[in-house]
Amino acid sequence: MVRIREFENGVGTLFHRNLVRGSTHLYNGQEAVAVGAVAALRPTDPVTCTYRGHGVVLARGSDPVACYAEILGRSGGLCGGKGGSMHLTDVSRAHYGSHAIVGAHLPIAVGLGLGAQYRGTDEVSLTFFGDGTVNIGAFHEALNLAAVWSLPVVFVIENNLYGEYSPVAATTPITRLADRAAGYAMPGVQVDGNDVHAVRDIVATAAERARGGGGPTLIEALTYRQVGHSRSDPATYRPEGELDAWLERDPITLLERFIGDAAATASVRERVAAEITAALDAALALPEPDEAELLTDVIG
Amino acid sequence: MSAEKFTENALNYRQTIARSIHDAMQADPSVFFFGEDIGAAGGPFKTTAGLFDVFGPHRVRDTPISEQAIVGAAIGAAAMGQRPIAEIMFADFAAVAHDQIVNQLAKYRYMTGGQVRLPVTLRLSNGAGSGFAAQHSQPVENWYIGVPGLKVVAPGTVEDLYGLMQAAVRDDDPVLVFEHKTLFSVKGTVTPGAVVPIGSAAVVRSGGDVTIVAAQLMRHRAVEAAARLDDEGIHCTVIDPRTLVPFDDETVLASLRETSRLVVVGEGPADGSWGAALVARVARHGFELLDAAPRLVCSPFTPVPYAESLERAWLPSVDDIVAEVRSVVAY
Repeated sequence: MVRIREFENGVGTLFHRNLVRGSTHLYNGQEAVAVGAVAALRPTDPVTCTYRGHGVVLARGSDPVACYAEILGRSGGLCGGKGGSMHLTDVSRAHYGSHAIVGAHLPIAVGLGLGAQYRGTDEVSLTFFGDGTVNIGAFHEALNLAAVWSLPVVFVIENNLYGEYSPVAATTPITRLADRAAGYAMPGVQVDGNDVHAVRDIVATAAERARGGGGPTLIEALTYRQVGHSRSDPATYRPEGELDAWLERDPITLLERFIGDAAATASVRERVAAEITAALDAALALPEPDEAELLTDVIG
Repeated sequence: MSAEKFTENALNYRQTIARSIHDAMQADPSVFFFGEDIGAAGGPFKTTAGLFDVFGPHRVRDTPISEQAIVGAAIGAAAMGQRPIAEIMFADFAAVAHDQIVNQLAKYRYMTGGQVRLPVTLRLSNGAGSGFAAQHSQPVENWYIGVPGLKVVAPGTVEDLYGLMQAAVRDDDPVLVFEHKTLFSVKGTVTPGAVVPIGSAAVVRSGGDVTIVAAQLMRHRAVEAAARLDDEGIHCTVIDPRTLVPFDDETVLASLRETSRLVVVGEGPADGSWGAALVARVARHGFELLDAAPRLVCSPFTPVPYAESLERAWLPSVDDIVAEVRSVVAY
């Protein structure tokens, strides 16, 4: 979790130095969702996530140098510089992509579960997506197909209270998003998304159910996006005091309080900060992709 | 014919669909098939009849009416190492899954720097001429020719349908197979296991005066037009591209070295069509070969109409093709 936080702070710095093209979407405040969920999975379980995906890829164990290189559009990036911040992917770690069309990866996550079911292996497909996704058609098609075919899929809503710039209440007529599960006859459960242990435990239960042929589960992790939607969003629409209240419940702070060893956790922060600084410097030293790469990996 | 036993080789185009899927599934256990009503019901056009009985519900699956989920499921299953065949019932319904096809299926490999290959075969029933009106008759192949990352095939005969389907299933890239609804009764003979390479056009007949390029229903009309023109002393080569992406430009250019005259026939409006794209490429790479301005015979810029008289007028006819060929000869 500390690695993700440090990494994202580094991305923010790069963005302000104009070294990140387009936009970038940071995971600050949501670290416990990715780390807790991934901790409950096997390394071979396929994972997909959103364009706010740096945290998930890092939780999967991907090399921070390759992640930074991808965000910087450098050779040696996870995707050779063809994906960028919104599309970090590391199939060597069963991470099947960060997807930048809201909801589009849910049918794909269903397909990853279908692949496992068809070949008779016991992988579980887990997919992360935001609260805004529960209102798009692909969400409903995906949950329905996963349920009707009893596919091994765990759907994790990262409810960070905002769909881009709009609060959930402005766009969604229910307050408990997990209730969407009822229409698809699957369990719908809520969890404190800032409590890494709680996330791990609830995902473990859902994954075990899926692995045993019990079908999909919808989990709603309640968390908070401590930053704006993208790096160009100052998030001035947030009510006074909301951020401060959530910073009190910062997932890393909560975990450090749980560990209760200030010296040990301070030393972790220091070690990880140095590691991330070194990774960022290493990525900055990499060259841009060769122009010949433009034409590779299309068809043929 | 006993489609259900899948042993007869003299087939029509409709029966060839099921047969080609059957043979691909027999050859490779990683191939499985899903779509709307394709299993127990045998498909709305009975193009997949018998497959469910042979392979059962694990390998032949009926889906909900959920085109996004169908395409997404194929993408995910392919990423996990399978070779799914998915059906979009009427090709027009691909619009519902446009994001899955254009933003996901087509771009997954490129955006991930080649980490993921997607051997997905997507089958779509295409085309006008059957009275299904504007939302069930479009030349949908033209929606995808400008989307890098997809291969697009449009077979017009039993042999090409069978062979291109085998090639599509074996291909490591996504392939969209367009089946034309007016050709279901066209007869032919399949050779079990025969593959027609993707990206290879067929020279259907040879003549030294004009090169006509046409696919699917238009290919058959072009052949009829060419036979009529023979009687007038105008001898045409007819080329069926069979694959629209990647397009076999070389076969067309080679023919133009003989004929110096080009007529492209395409179902649907000209703008944004494969025919227009071909004419543009010929203008760029074969201008000096031409003795006449290339012609594109196509449909007016309208949706596909319902009434028989209107739909007939919308589709390029044999007469239209004959007239255009005469005009390039007289140029």
